[in-house]
Amino acid sequence: MAEKYELKTKEVWDGNTAAAHALRQAQVDVVAAYPITPSTPIVQNYAQFLADGYVDGEFVMVESEHSAMSACVGASAAGGRVATATSSQGYALMVEVLYQASGMRCPIVMTVVNRALASPLNIHGDHGDLYLGRDAGWIHLIANNPQEAYDMTLCAFKIAEDEDVRLPVSTNQDGFLVSHTAQIVEPLDDDTAYKFIGDYKQRNPMLDFNNPVTYGAQTEEEWHFEHKARQHKALMDSPAVIERVFKEFKDLTGREYKLVESYNMDDAEVAVVAMGSNYETAKIAADKAREMGIKAGVVCPRSFRPFPLKEVAEILKNVKAIGAMDRSAPMGTIGALHNEITGALNAFGYNSIVTGYIYGLGGRDTTVEDNLEVFKDLALNAEAGKRVTPLQKFIKLRGPELSFFKVGE
Amino acid sequence: MKEITTLKEFACTPDRFQGGHRLCPGCAHSIIVREVVNATDDDIVVSTATGCLEVCSSIYPYTSWDVSWIHVGFENAASVISGSEAMYKALKNKGKLPVDKPAKFLAFGGDGGTYDIGFQALSGASERGHDFMYVCLDNEGYMNTGGQRSSATPVGAHTTTSPRGRVSYGEKRWKKDLTMIMSHHGCPYVATAAPSKWKDLAKKAAKGFDTEGPVFINALSPCTTEWKFDPADTIMMSDLAVDSCVFPLYEIENGTKLTITYRPKNKIPVKDYLGAQGRFSHLFKKGNEWLIDEWQKHVDEYWEYLQKREEAGV
Repeated sequence: MAEKYELKTKEVWDGNTAAAHALRQAQVDVVAAYPITPSTPIVQNYAQFLADGYVDGEFVMVESEHSAMSACVGASAAGGRVATATSSQGYALMVEVLYQASGMRCPIVMTVVNRALASPLNIHGDHGDLYLGRDAGWIHLIANNPQEAYDMTLCAFKIAEDEDVRLPVSTNQDGFLVSHTAQIVEPLDDDTAYKFIGDYKQRNPMLDFNNPVTYGAQTEEEWHFEHKARQHKALMDSPAVIERVFKEFKDLTGREYKLVESYNMDDAEVAVVAMGSNYETAKIAADKAREMGIKAGVVCPRSFRPFPLKEVAEILKNVKAIGAMDRSAPMGTIGALHNEITGALNAFGYNSIVTGYIYGLGGRDTTVEDNLEVFKDLALNAEAGKRVTPLQKFIKLRGPELSFFKVGE
Repeated sequence: MKEITTLKEFACTPDRFQGGHRLCPGCAHSIIVREVVNATDDDIVVSTATGCLEVCSSIYPYTSWDVSWIHVGFENAASVISGSEAMYKALKNKGKLPVDKPAKFLAFGGDGGTYDIGFQALSGASERGHDFMYVCLDNEGYMNTGGQRSSATPVGAHTTTSPRGRVSYGEKRWKKDLTMIMSHHGCPYVATAAPSKWKDLAKKAAKGFDTEGPVFINALSPCTTEWKFDPADTIMMSDLAVDSCVFPLYEIENGTKLTITYRPKNKIPVKDYLGAQGRFSHLFKKGNEWLIDEWQKHVDEYWEYLQKREEAGV
């Protein structure tokens, strides 16, 4: 039996420490992981918890991220709680197995610390890795600060393992800006946290030798489509479970999470949509914009997959101009989040002016002032009643201004 | 340790790997797999790499496996089984599984999934000391995808990516010596095996299951389809391989104690083995005789090396 860890009601934790404590409190049966910056401290902290007797599960220090996720699948199919952590290149190496994990409906939890993808090599935060896993059949939750990194990781287990979901879940926090930035975090005590998550419920475990199971079968044109479609349905149906878990979490802690978070949206005429730490930065910028007479609001999808199409459309439907903030190189089109937002609005019959902003690649600092400039752009579009700014702009890029689809072009 | 002494006894063992799979007639894989999974009465979890065995035994909604079985990818059979084994340990430690009923962890991979793309995973899982047995079904090439070369393909063999041609005699390199490489991983037990020597194979598999820690068995799996021989001759082909010492049967305990487990009474010439297979037919054409001589020399030297090691007790 693992020892209890005495926690204060308020701890000063960075995102990595917060995520590591959440894994410890979940009493994970198997953690298989490979260290990579900036998520390394999650793995290091977990190793120390084990060394100090606070963890009694198995900790498998594999030889690569590919093997980390492979061991996670083998462990999960065997029948117990499983988690890992990674970033960037490690995430990229895992991608093949991410699809296999979700295809076999393994409720693995992965704490991702988002980091740019090479080349050029870069260790800092952007959402290149998150976007890489976009279609992998995982639920992707967004945490914007250390408290949320902790809270989302606890919720992730409960969502992943729910009988109606049984899908892997990743929690995402920005590299360094969240993972290495210490803030006050209010943790639950060990018993309360574990009770919230609950015992792991096995489904078709390989270790039930009286009922042998076959995992990872071959399906060709007769059955592949049905399997993929059912998996998609599980994702499409998962928001109900996510919301139920968030409600239970609110009842327990008072901290409220929604599928779509928002700030000052009641009367907003312009809005920034962002995931990650920039959501917090944009909130401060929105306050400043309002001081300047711009009715500014901010929106953050808490869940990137399943994407809350209806909720995003609903909250943005009366906004005149929207700035979609993508922290990843779009490489030949508009940003992924931009695409989701326009898709959501169009699907439900709304027609706001949406422009895309590419920002913060490789950890490029994106400040309150940068967000304020976006709000000013949006105000121009809102005032004109049509798009007068380029469709896609790059924030704080050095060299000549880079933008695409300027008006009149 | 489970002992099977007669063929009848072996034939009457309940099938943990069922018939009706879609492997080629004359494929050695199913023979080896049946011998291995029947070498223990304990519960087993089996992980299998993508390849002939996997695609032919798990076509939804059917399965040939009457044991817990998982396939994830081509290169990760060893990582997957290491995860399952870790979960078994964790649940046992936490009192969530009966402690008195042992379970065994087994992985199968072809030579592509073992020598090549899955080598890192196998090396890692072995180094970490997981309690599992990995059995390589070595048919010396990527046979599931139509016979491409692997690092287990022997010199002179025709494959679709090392074809014989006007200016080529086929594969240019000697087979990678994976069994020895695995013996240097600190594996307490490694062995070679061949389906024709079924008692030897069954004994090694039983010993492997009985050994704590990572075990590696390299089993030669003659491939009727790509080696080009009659499906009825699989066992004969295996006999030719071991009687010519092309595929010598031995075991190594703790990386240091080598024992030859089969010593042919009459060592047959390598050309008898090569000549029985279509993949080597071009070696018997004028101008290629030197390669057959090289082959004989290579096999003789290696056989001598094994004997020297055995004699020296290293």
